[in-house]
Parts: sequence; structure tokens; C-alpha cells
Amino acid sequence: MNIINILEEIEKVDGEVYERLSPRRAAMKQFYSFGSKVAVAAVPLALGSMFKKAYGQSTSTVLDVLNFALTLEYLEYNFYQTGLNTAGLIPAGTPAVAAITTIRDHELAHVNLLKGAITASGGTPVAFTAANFDYTAKGTFPTVFTNYPTFLAVAQAFEDTGVRAYKGQAPSLMSAPDVLQTALQIHSVEARHASHIRQMRKAPAGGGVTALKPWITGANDSGVPQVDAVYKGEDNVVQAGVNIPSLGVSTAAATESFDEFLVKADVLAIASLFIRS
Amino acid sequence: MIFSAVCHAKDSYNIYLTEPTIKFKTIYLMKNFQQEDQEVLHKESGILTARLQRRSFLQYAGAGAAGVALLAAGCKKDDGSEGLRLGGVNLGSGDVGILNYAYALEQLEAAFYDAVVKTPYASISATELSLLTDIRDHELAHREFFKKALGANAIIGLEVNFKSINFADRTSVLATAKAFEDLGVSAYNGAGKLIKSADYLVLAGKIVSVEARHAALIRDLIENGTFANAEVVDSNGLDKARTPKEVLTIAQSFITTVINASNLPS
Repeated sequence: MNIINILEEIEKVDGEVYERLSPRRAAMKQFYSFGSKVAVAAVPLALGSMFKKAYGQSTSTVLDVLNFALTLEYLEYNFYQTGLNTAGLIPAGTPAVAAITTIRDHELAHVNLLKGAITASGGTPVAFTAANFDYTAKGTFPTVFTNYPTFLAVAQAFEDTGVRAYKGQAPSLMSAPDVLQTALQIHSVEARHASHIRQMRKAPAGGGVTALKPWITGANDSGVPQVDAVYKGEDNVVQAGVNIPSLGVSTAAATESFDEFLVKADVLAIASLFIRS
Repeated sequence: MIFSAVCHAKDSYNIYLTEPTIKFKTIYLMKNFQQEDQEVLHKESGILTARLQRRSFLQYAGAGAAGVALLAAGCKKDDGSEGLRLGGVNLGSGDVGILNYAYALEQLEAAFYDAVVKTPYASISATELSLLTDIRDHELAHREFFKKALGANAIIGLEVNFKSINFADRTSVLATAKAFEDLGVSAYNGAGKLIKSADYLVLAGKIVSVEARHAALIRDLIENGTFANAEVVDSNGLDKARTPKEVLTIAQSFITTVINASNLPS
């Protein structure tokens, strides 16, 4: 059942239905940011929380998401920038330099886009520099900028995390359709990056992780047990109650064909490993 | 009221009113209402009827439900061909319409990769065949998922037209794969904001990133390093987003069945 559709449809017959429910039509519209998954019995409660949301919290929700995304983009941008600035890390004279440069450029563009969007919405963008990050993850990856395969392994973790992070925030942006679309347009670029980085890791110079695919197979296919948290739940094979292998594909294909999301807390737990306190 | 009906499959139907379109949606609404939401109506009747009389509201509901029953009955013996003559396969409206739109695109992709894997191009490498087989399986999973999730609301199986593709030629196959994958990514990116249910939005998100992984791989197979070049990613670092109309205009040249997207949200 979908209470939002119901209210919308009633509105077409009775243009003042929102006013009946609330003195502020806008308050009802805030209900969108809620998603529509509200149990029948929970409707009165949901209506109550909706009014709380209507008084100023929706904008801050969107700004929170944007600043969360900006944090991740700073993490990625400074990572690639440091890598490119480290002589001898990325094999000179190979396509790897252009690939990492392309990805670095996209992350910088995302940083600038998000900063601008936050400022334009009256928010204050978070600010990070390379000095704020510890890409060894407190010593877990001591060779991140001296060993090329390690650099790529961490890059893969960042890209796959980025994809999952944007995906998880999409419902929080439903009240702001344009922002949602922009986030989706970033989301798929991160997935393109992830696909390419995975291919780079398969090459002998990149570590020769030949079992790796451009898509995620099962839980943590990266070959790096330290990043288990990045792939938590990626082995899920049930989508919207439908068991995907029962449709006639292998379990591996079932996990590959749907990328899973991560909630904000899980993403922040991963990112915080790389942020100096 | 002018009714017309499009019957999509032997056991399913879709209906719409040529005018006024408002009431079509209301019929859907009331159908849902009757099935699942009578309790809500009861509980919320106090506020719903504060100024709108309960009696007139229920009269309206009754009219809508009767209309559904009438049209459903009229569709039962239909084999779908009548509906096609009336204006193609109707994707429907709301989230169902968007899911059918995605289902249509996944049908196209699955049919394409199925043909690619069944008749691989000349001297295909084991690595490329393995990657393309994976993609075929993913598109199959997507297609069958949508079919199952849509149930009786699912559109019919579409008839594809691959006359322009030379399946024996690697260049032709990969160029088509690239076009389909980039198109799919832009389609999901553009459809996200049209989805009303957070659950379906997340599902679309789970699929679009896989399509983007495909797109990047196919591009790298054609020319290494083009996974996210300026052809698809703009100076703001954004992938493309296309409206359903833009996407279907491109996709229709590969689909014989006429797709009617006129009731999709925009």
C-alpha cells in the first residue's frame, strides 16, 4: 500500500486534501523524503513525525548527505592526487597514469560540485586536505604509496565503498529530485571507476589478481581480508523478496547482478580508518 | 469518460482512460484501496472527511472499482494483439510504469547478450567470452527479477530487431554492447527521481551500478582507458541521465514491438 499515492490521488479530486491534513501543504510534501514504506498501523505515527520533519529538518537532511558525500570525495581525490605525486608509484609510460589521472579529475570535479551545491543551499561544506588523511589506515596498509598493487587494492576499496555509499543515501534525497539525480550521476561514475580499477588489478603489474572481475562476486572478492567491511552483505541473493538463483542464474551471478548499499554509519566506520583524529 | 483497454498478457491487463487521465489513476488507487487499505480509510476517515463528505468519496471509489471490474472482464479472453493495435505495449503509470520501462530495457539487453553468447564473434578469446557470459547472466537476472516483481502488471515479452548488428563481428557486437550499457546507465540515472517508492529506488540503484561496471568494461575492451571518458562523463564528473522518452527513442530502433510510454511519470 502506498499512502503517498493515495494522498496524491485524492488531491486530484479534492485539491485541498493536504490542507485538511495539515495547515501547511508543504508539510505533506515532506512526507516524500520518508519513502513510502509505512505500515498501515504506523500511519498516524508517521503523520506525526512528518510534521516534525516539515519544520526545517528536510533541508538539513539533504545537506547532511551532501557533506557526507563530500567527505568521501575528498578522501578519494587526495588519495589519487598523492598517488600521482609519488614518483615511481604508478608505472610511468603506461596507460595506468592516464587512468588514475582521469579518476582523480572526476573526484576533484565531484568535490567542487558538492562544495558548490552545499554553499548554494546555505550550508557549510566540510573541508579536508591531504594532511587530514592517513591512507595507511593506521598502519594496515603501510606500503600504500610505495607498492603499486597495494595502492590499487586500496583504490578498489574506496571505489566500491563509494558506490555503496551513494546508493544507500538515495532514499534520503527523494525530497530533492534534482539533487537525487546528480547523486545518481556521480554514483554510476564511481562504479565505472571501480570496474576499471578491478581490471587494473588483474594485470601482472597491478598485482595479477586474476580471479577478480569488474563486478563484485560474493562477499569480499578483493583478496584483501582487511577490507571485509567494504563488502559486507554483497553476497545477498534475495532482492525484494525474490530469490535470484531461483530465476535460473548461478549464486555467483546473483550476487554480481545486484550491487548492495551501505548505510551511512558503516561507510563512516570505513572512512574513519583513513581520517586522522 | 472514454475508456480504452490494453491487454498485455493472457493473465494481465492494463487500463487507461483517454480522458480525463486523472480518473485512470484513481481507479488504480481505489483498487489498491479495496485490497489493502480499507483499514486506513476507517482510521483516517475523521480527517479525510473533515470537509470532503465521506459519502461522496465512497461513491467515487465505488465507480472506480466497478470500472476496473468491467475492463478486467473485457480483457480476460484477449491474447494481447488487440492491445498492440491500440497503441503498442503500454508500460503503465507510476512506479509500475517505471519498473516496466526497466523491464523493457533489460529484455533488450538480455536478448542481445544471449545472442552474443550463443553465436560468439570470430576468434573470441576465452576471457572475453567469459566476461560477456557473465554480463548475459546479469541481464537475465535483471529481466527475470522484474518479470517476477511485476507479476500480473508485467508487460509482454518484446520482439527485438537486431538486423543492424553483425554478431560475427567483434567491432559490431562491442559497439552495440557499449551503446546498450551507456544507454542503460543513463536510463536508470534519469528514472531515479521518477520513482515514488524508496525500496524501488534502491533496487534501481543496485542495478544501475552493475550496468555502469558493464559499460566501463565494454569500453575498455574496445579501447583501454575509455571506461569513463568525456563521451559519457561531463566536466562536473557526472554520468549521463536521460528521460524515458529520450531512451525509448534510441531503444525503439532495436525493438519491433511498439512501446507506449505515455502514462509514465515525468
